[in-house]
Amino acid sequence: MRSQMRLEAKFRWLPTPLRSLLLFIVWLLLNNSVSPGHIVLAVILAIVIPLATSPFRTKQPLILKPGLAFRHLMLVLYDIITANVQVAILILGPNKKLTPGFVKVPLDLTHDMPITILASTVSLTPGTVSAEVYPWRECLTEGKEPEERFLLIHVLNLEDEQALIKTIKQRYEAPLKEIFQC
Amino acid sequence: MIEWIISILLLIGGSFVLVGSIGLVKMPDFFMRLHGPTKATTLGMALLLTASMIFFSSTQAGFSAKEILISLFLLLTAPISGYMMIKAAIHHKLDSIDRTKGIDNIEDDV
Repeated sequence: MRSQMRLEAKFRWLPTPLRSLLLFIVWLLLNNSVSPGHIVLAVILAIVIPLATSPFRTKQPLILKPGLAFRHLMLVLYDIITANVQVAILILGPNKKLTPGFVKVPLDLTHDMPITILASTVSLTPGTVSAEVYPWRECLTEGKEPEERFLLIHVLNLEDEQALIKTIKQRYEAPLKEIFQC
Repeated sequence: MIEWIISILLLIGGSFVLVGSIGLVKMPDFFMRLHGPTKATTLGMALLLTASMIFFSSTQAGFSAKEILISLFLLLTAPISGYMMIKAAIHHKLDSIDRTKGIDNIEDDV
């Protein structure tokens, strides 16, 4: 059976398991210690903060494939390193060779969270900065999904528009779709 | 030996940050200027922070891990600040250089 996109966690008392884990780790890192006292305090904070803040949060899709999410994270980190080198070369080269451009990438993703992650990865990877998500949020009617969404990106050196759109869709969007099952 | 590693990391990191700043000065329009700081600088900072982590772990007792947090926060905030700036630039209809392709892809404000 194909798994479905989920907005709520399985356990009531632990609404966001990953965020709790993150809080736990961040607390220990901030204090730079693993003494029993700090571990107990970190566990308490990791359970209480998500419970206390859950009424303020809008429901976002959960990560359903943690293994794939980790692989995607590693791929993105690797891409960030190569992106830095590529952009450094582009910046140091002559300005005349650069043809910048705006490109509209059609999106298959639906929720804010996956779209935000995609926009951020696009900003951190080769020669592209995400600029805008269309349609405008103000134009959306409450509770109705728009027919099509676009991500407007600015490209430092645009060579082949179709190839770029294809790369973004296959390399970054497809894994996100899989991870969140949306 | 450790001093060598730290120095090399500092030098590479410093040169990436420098390249990012050169990009900020050298590029012809605002949109192209944004590319330097959002990318070249993140890797540079990550390398500088790794150097700091190695230095403090080797000179002081215990492992210094705060730098991992700083890199994480940088990775989270760099795209968002870039996004805010480019959104503001589009809203103010800043000029982009003439050879910019696909300028009609920008939709009008509501």
